[in-house]
Formats: sequence, structure tokens, C-alpha cells
Amino acid sequence: MIPEFEKFKRFKAKNLPKEELLAPGHRACQGCGEVLALRMAMKALGKNVIVCMATGCMEIITTPYPQTAWEVPWIHIAFENPASVASGIESAMKVLRRKGKISKKHVDILAVGGDGATSDIGLGWISGAFERGHDFTYICLDNEAYMNTGVQRSSCTPYGAMTTTSPPGKKSIGQVTWKKNVPGIAVAHNIPYVATASPAYFLDLMNKVKKAALVKGPAYIHIYSPCPTGWGSAPERSIEFAKLVVETKVFPLYEVIEGRYTMSRKISKPKPVQEYLKGQRRFRHLDEEHIVYIQQRVNADYEKLVRLSEMT
Amino acid sequence: MAKRVGIEVSIALAEAVKLANVDVIPAYPITPQTHIVEHLSEVIANGEVDAEFVLVESEHGAMSCCCGSSAAGARTFTSSSAQGLLLMSEILFIPGPMRFPIVMAVVNRALSAPISIWNDHQDIMSQRDIGWIQTFADTGQEAFDLMLHAFRVAEDRRVSLPMIVNIDGFTLSHVVEAVELLSQEEVDQYLPPFKPRYRLDPKKPITMGPVGIPEIYSEAKVAHNEALKASKKVILQGWKEFADLFGRQYNPIETYRSEDAEILLVTMGSISETAMTAIDTMRDKGQKAGLIKIRLWRPFPGPEFRKAAGKAKILAVVDRCLAPGAICGPVGAELRSLFYKVPGAPKIFNFIAGLGGRDVTVERFEEMIDKATAFAKKRPKELYEVIGVREK
Ligand SMILES: Cc1ncc(C[n+]2csc(CCOP(=O)(O)OP(=O)(O)O)c2C)c(N)n1
Ligand code: SF4
Ligand SMILES: [Mg+2]
Repeated sequence: MIPEFEKFKRFKAKNLPKEELLAPGHRACQGCGEVLALRMAMKALGKNVIVCMATGCMEIITTPYPQTAWEVPWIHIAFENPASVASGIESAMKVLRRKGKISKKHVDILAVGGDGATSDIGLGWISGAFERGHDFTYICLDNEAYMNTGVQRSSCTPYGAMTTTSPPGKKSIGQVTWKKNVPGIAVAHNIPYVATASPAYFLDLMNKVKKAALVKGPAYIHIYSPCPTGWGSAPERSIEFAKLVVETKVFPLYEVIEGRYTMSRKISKPKPVQEYLKGQRRFRHLDEEHIVYIQQRVNADYEKLVRLSEMT
Repeated sequence: MAKRVGIEVSIALAEAVKLANVDVIPAYPITPQTHIVEHLSEVIANGEVDAEFVLVESEHGAMSCCCGSSAAGARTFTSSSAQGLLLMSEILFIPGPMRFPIVMAVVNRALSAPISIWNDHQDIMSQRDIGWIQTFADTGQEAFDLMLHAFRVAEDRRVSLPMIVNIDGFTLSHVVEAVELLSQEEVDQYLPPFKPRYRLDPKKPITMGPVGIPEIYSEAKVAHNEALKASKKVILQGWKEFADLFGRQYNPIETYRSEDAEILLVTMGSISETAMTAIDTMRDKGQKAGLIKIRLWRPFPGPEFRKAAGKAKILAVVDRCLAPGAICGPVGAELRSLFYKVPGAPKIFNFIAGLGGRDVTVERFEEMIDKATAFAKKRPKELYEVIGVREK
């Protein structure tokens, strides 16, 4: 067991921190799931943190110079490398503390990237940082495409989804590959903490972020984040989709603590995937046959997870 | 007290980094840079310096990690060559405008294809405009001294810019030379601890690396360029104080038998040593030949170069880099711009030599001087010539 988790006081609706460390006034679209998740993550972490961010929507909308939405130290270097930047900061603070050049007090380090930054271009950088064992948390804000550059597909784009580079047509149904299992890749690095989260379950999300920060060594959280602009969904339905994705077993919530899987929310009476898919323009072209296929794979993936949680 | 030892130049350079009491070294191996990082790993493992060696997964990761480390206020060093330097390229443009005083040793090597581990300057010339201060060392002693100078200049609050010291792969990095290693006390006298003006600190939150909207981008780029140009004052001051303390004087432009010269060879890096021998031979034959060595490449010391060129009628400029499809090599182009429409300017001819480890001998330098002399009488079709290429 992880000793830090024993004394950890969970967030409840009653004790939510009031302070906004990601200040309002940023330029995110209405109903943006990423900025909502990030805001909650920051509430969970508190002020004693340094944030390293990848190029992408969240970087653009929070820092058009001379404005900034950040009330905590924040750094952006490039698209693929927040895990490496975090590695540098962590190493620097370690040695500066040893040499008595900065305060001995621990500071949390958070790296944040979109699904593109995480699952595609930055995967090797993240792998390196996990393997080296730096004490930091990596959050992937997964809106299932490269949104900042205009909705191109990533390897986290779900099967069948329409993006500008996976357009459905006579010879294609849209995205032809299945979503990459990035949390599984993180687990394979034997890091102490991996979790998935959704902003619809915000207390669960905040508690997971807090645990990730508490644990010594690397931690990874994959957060599903609705993007009304890129998905062609109604901004006011973002939270609803963030809930449906869990209730349909499309995006299961779980934790992997020192290699042991635990389902955060067991879905005994799942809703059909169709309920999740409808209302999003990116899935509008899918016919019955595709939906049956998606349902089968969703069921199979979920079963695999349940088996993992029973085994470990 | 300083001690004079016979030592491999890579090791001497690494010793300077150790004596600088470096904090963080993110690095990735590539020939011919490896001996530097291997030696640093060793001195850290032996507890000779308290530093974090970050075993990054690539050079891109190394430079990204350097940015984080420097932003957190640590004295940061890395080293690379050729393909490694190019893999860093995206990130190399970032610490300049962000004012991170990262120090790097570039052990110059040719670029693929074809793959070659041997020396020339194509790697650093491809990264000419990254906005770092760049110097070139010709000898082991210079490599050691310039490394300490680099930390001091880069971290000076009036500068706050990243800095590269270039050394030639193998022909300098792997040779054993007599080098006077300064003692810890001497280094401490010259190099103050790094005190960054800004650092990532939850007590004083700042935003680093925000979006440069069109209303601000030009100003940010100009501010960086101005800082780079203004760094020359501190670079010179750093060299003067080094001379005052240790007796070795460095200059942005170094000269050899140039005072009354009518024709000047222009070189950068370790081939300058051979070039000096060539000058002696030419002088013995009665030719008024001299040598200019460019030590400070960025910011380019224009006035110093013009002064050093004096009244020479011809410059035979040696480039260690072929710029495909260009009018001439990068150093050649720089000097042509410098002298454009300057009254009494020398005629400039460019020779590309020593690509991918091809030896540049005394005879080759003599050939360049002879050719430049002939070209001055009859202008050649092309502004450059690649020296020593086999016909078949
Ligand atoms: C090396 C490099 N390649 C491509 C880009 C262009 N680019 C910037 S952000 C981005 C997409 C970001 O997608 P994601 O990581 O999913 O974040 P999102 O914007 O969706 O939050 C791309 C392709 C870049 N900045 N750098
Ligand atoms: S495009 Fe999507 S992810 Fe980006 S700010 Fe808008 S809603 Fe958020
Ligand atoms: Mg995305």
C-alpha cells in the first residue's frame, strides 16, 4: 500500500477549495471539458505546484501575452515535451535543495498535454520520464483529436469518428483505428499510480489528482474531456456526455495503484453505446453495423478491465 | 594552484564543467561527444560534484529537460554533436528568447547522409540562427578556459542567454594535450554562483513561455536580438578578467602574423593550428600572408573583424561546411555582407575544406592562398571552391 494515501483526506462537495488557480477570463470555448477538468485538477493540487504545459488548446487559451490565467508558476516550451521539462524542473529542485539553494519544502510538479501531445508526438518523452522515475504527475486532457490545429485525428480519436483528417467518405468510415490504450502503456512502466477520470465525476477526478500528487514517483491520469467545438456537440451537454461515456462503458473509470487495477465505478446496468454516440456530429454518419461493432469492442475492453481488477 | 597535465581535451572540458559546480546535466550519447558525458557521469558517481545527471531518452528530451532545469534556477550543462544537435533543433530556438543561460559543448561533426562521425562544421552551421552566444576553441587549453567563460557570461544577469562552446570532433576532442587545469579556488574566484533573476517558484508565480500574439511577437524577437548583440560587452569583460587572473587573453577575433599581410586566411576551430604552420611556410617563401581566426561567431564581432583585416587585399575564407545551392559557404557569406560596399574592402574568396574528416594539410592551405591570389587577378566563375575533391 502507498502510505501517503492513508492520511489523505478526500474531497467532498462540502470541503471544495474556493480558490481558483486557473483564473476565469481565459479564452476557452463554451462547454469546454478540458478547461473544466484542468480547473478542478488545480483546485485539488492547490498553490504549491509548478505546471508544465504542452502546446495545445489549454496553453493557447490561458496565456495570450500580456494576459495569463495562471495563479501558479507555469511554463510552456513546446508540443511534445512537458514530461521532459518537468524532469528538468524536478531534477533541478532536487539538487538545489541538497545544496541548500532553495527551501527544503516539497513542491508538486504537474505536466499537462492533450491527447495528441500524449498519445502521439510526446509518447517517447513521457516514457523516458516515467522510466527515470521523476516525482511528478502527468495529466492527459483527452478531447480525442488535435483540436488546437482544427480537429485532426490522433491515436486517441475513437473508432468511426469524423475529424478533418479522418473524414468519412465512400471508402472510409472516418477514424479506422481503435483508441490507443495510453493508461495501459503508463501501467507498463510500473509507475506507482495510474488513473482515468471524467469531469462529470468531479470529486473522483479531484481525489485522483490529489493521490497522484501525493504518491512518490511518476503518476499518470487520463482525463476524458468533451470538446463541443471539435465534436459538433451542444456546449450545454458536455457534462452529460462526460457521464454517458462512463455509463455506456466507453470510457471506464479506474485506478491502477502499484499495478493493481480497481474499478472506480462498476457499471452493472450499462446504457447502449448508441446513447452516447448520438448528439455528436462526429458520429452522425455511423450506421447500425458500425455501432454493433463498437458495442462489441466496448464490451470486450470493459470485460478485460474487470478481469484485470479481479486478477490483481 | 593550477596544475599542468597531459589530458584528453574532452576530459579537460568535462573537468571545467565539474569545477563550475554544475547542478543538472541532461545528456544523450553521440560520437564524438561521448567522452565528455562519460567523464561527467563518472565524477558524479564518485561524488566529486553534487549534480543530477538526467539520463534522457533523446537529445530533444535533453534540451527540453535543460529548459526546465534552467527555468527552475539550476546551473545546466549539456553536450551534443551532429545528428543529436539537429534532433534538438526545435528546442534550441527556445532558451534564447526565454533567457535561459544553458551552457552546451558542441563537438562538431559532419551530418548524414552519408553518415559520418568525423569532423566538420555542418552541424553548428545548420543551427547558426538559434540565438545562442557561440564561441570556437582551437586547443585543449582554450576548450577548458572557454567553458568556464561560457558559464560566467551566460549567467550574467545583463546577458541571461544560452551559450555554446564549439570544439572539433576527434581532431580536438580526442587528442591528448598539455592543459593547465585551474584549481577549485581559482575557478570560484572567476565564476560566481548562479543567481537567476526569475525562477519557477510557487512563492512568486510567473508565466513562462506564453503565446506571442502578433502585437508582441516582433518586440519579443527584437528584444532577444538586442540582448544577444549587447552580450558582447560582457563577453569581452569575461575574457579580460580571465586574463587578469590567469594570464591567458582571449579575443573575439584572433590574428597571426596579420599586421602587414596582403592576403589573409580566415579559419575557425582547430584547423587554425595547421593554418598557422602554413602561414609560416608562406612567409618563409616571402609571401605577405597572415591568419585571422574567428573565436566569437555569435554575436558576430563585425568591427573587430574589419580592424583585424586591416589593409589586406585578399581574404581566403575557409568554411568547414558546404551550403548546397548557395552562393558560398556560411562564413564566406557573412564576410561578404560585412565588407559589402566598404571602401577599400578586400576581395573575398571562399574555400570549402575538411568535410567529413578530410584532412586539411599545410599544402592545402598553401593551395588556397595561391588560388585566392590568382582569383584576385582573374575573377572565377563561382565564389567558392571545394578543396581537395578527388576527380574519380
Ligand atoms: C512539433 C510540432 N508539431 C506540430 C505542432 C502543431 N500543433 C500544435 S497544437 C497541436 C494539436 C494539439 O492537440 P492535442 O495535444 O490533442 O491538444 P488539444 O489542442 O486537442 O487540447 C498541433 C498538431 C506543433 N506545435 N509542434
Ligand atoms: S476547441 Fe475544444 S478543447 Fe479547445 S478550447 Fe474549444 S472546447 Fe476546449
Ligand atoms: Mg486533443
